[in-house]
Amino acid sequence: MSKQKYPLLTISSEIEQPYNYSLGRYGGRLLKELKHNKKIVGIKCPKCGHVYVPPRQVCGKCFVKMDEFAEISNKGNLESFTVVYFSFLDPETGQKRPVPYGYGRIKLDGADSGFLHFLEESDLKKLKIGMRVEAVFDENRTGNFKDIKYFKITKERNPS
Amino acid sequence: MERVAIIGVGQTKYERNKKGETFADLVFEVVTKALDDAGIAIEDIDNVVTVSNDFWDGRTISSMAVTDACGSYGKSVSTVEGDGTFGALYGLMRLLSGSFRSTLVVSHCKGSEGSNHFITNAIFNPIYERIIGLDSISSSALQARRYTEKYGITEEQCALVSVKNHKNALNNPFAQIAMDISAEDVMNSRMLSEPIKLFDSSPISDGACAIILADERMAKRVATSPVWVKGIGHSADAYNLGDRDLAEPAALIRAAQKAYNMAGIKEPYKEIDVAEIYDAFTYQELLWSEGLGFCERGKGGKLIESGETTMGGKLPINPSGGVLSAHPVLVAGLARIAEITIQLREEGNGRQVDGAKTGLAHGINGACGQAHCVWVLEN
Ligand SMILES: [Zn+2]
Repeated sequence: MSKQKYPLLTISSEIEQPYNYSLGRYGGRLLKELKHNKKIVGIKCPKCGHVYVPPRQVCGKCFVKMDEFAEISNKGNLESFTVVYFSFLDPETGQKRPVPYGYGRIKLDGADSGFLHFLEESDLKKLKIGMRVEAVFDENRTGNFKDIKYFKITKERNPS
Repeated sequence: MERVAIIGVGQTKYERNKKGETFADLVFEVVTKALDDAGIAIEDIDNVVTVSNDFWDGRTISSMAVTDACGSYGKSVSTVEGDGTFGALYGLMRLLSGSFRSTLVVSHCKGSEGSNHFITNAIFNPIYERIIGLDSISSSALQARRYTEKYGITEEQCALVSVKNHKNALNNPFAQIAMDISAEDVMNSRMLSEPIKLFDSSPISDGACAIILADERMAKRVATSPVWVKGIGHSADAYNLGDRDLAEPAALIRAAQKAYNMAGIKEPYKEIDVAEIYDAFTYQELLWSEGLGFCERGKGGKLIESGETTMGGKLPINPSGGVLSAHPVLVAGLARIAEITIQLREEGNGRQVDGAKTGLAHGINGACGQAHCVWVLEN
């Protein structure tokens, strides 16, 4: 064998796996209501009364089945937020994800759990915890969580 | 609980782009080191637990792809997908079943071969949180904001964690990011996802770690300085980020209490001499310190300001440089156990905490610390 130095190599490969995730009866109801009625639905625990959104079958704390759907407001309080500055290649568009963009954790009126979604780009410099925000729906809704485009700061009273 | 000891540990140097070694090469390196450290041969191991994750490895049933390298041919091998502290917990339980005398636990990961954004995005529910693109950094940023606003933790207090741990890393030959920086340097570093900046974040790392657990009889026979497991606790919180108050480390409080009860610890801040905790981001060291009862709720910022968690303080945290200085996912919790073992054997050289008798190692699993595993060890 020769004493030549071999370079350290890597092989590039991508794994693409197709899935058809079931929404179940609970998630299906949320996305149908978003699409047809621009409404957000949650679900109430018969034991502890906690209202969850998105709706799901089991209250984790009580380990009981929930079946009482509850209409949740499109408005709520901003509990936490972040503005993201790092980009990545977005497989949906094939382009670099434009930055900055924002995420919020919103306590919707009528729900006890937090709801995570995008925040309106033009609001990013004005964000404060406790602000009132509301959902803005897409014109062309397809029965997808992104039928809500983002949450924007409401015109109502807001802490300055 | 029957007495169980850690009798050997092995770590690779943690680096980005370890192109010279495959996963199996890393596993072989640390298994060999841990066996040498314990002074035993692979024939003395009768039970093996491998820890890996299929997304990080880019192959399914990844835990079974390293059987040659971990010497599990013909042995009872079982696998854990999660942080190494949970792999060690499972190894400990198999030992306690009485069916085995020794357990090898080995974890590997190469963060640089995949994409942190896409892999950690896949943690989340595909219908709601994954589709909006959340990942480990942006979800942790939501936790950081909630925690720091709720309790008035300042940006500078978070920065002090980065200063301390990156400085400690200068004394750890296995660390990846070791540097002497100021709080201003941290606060002026590139913003990733508000309020998290580059130097508030752990790096992308490759590496592996192995530990060997033994029952009392074997430990006393082979080990010159066994490190004993005194207490262990683990607990999980809700999966959905929206279901948790991200400022409250409820699962960690429960896990720590279980471990302290088992170890007979009443005042952790006084009784524990050294801790290695899972600081994937600066705010996490403060939040987890609160959950571990090192200070009151909301006082994590005051704790770092007191200087008592630096080397020479009352309770040095992360003398190794912590996860901020090397973050091989899955491996990082096992590395915390290995580092505490080194401390309790007084083999830490430049990073040694003098006279350490009781140490704590901590690992997390899931987004924003959904589950926690706490180990109390003694020499
Ligand atoms: Zn309930």
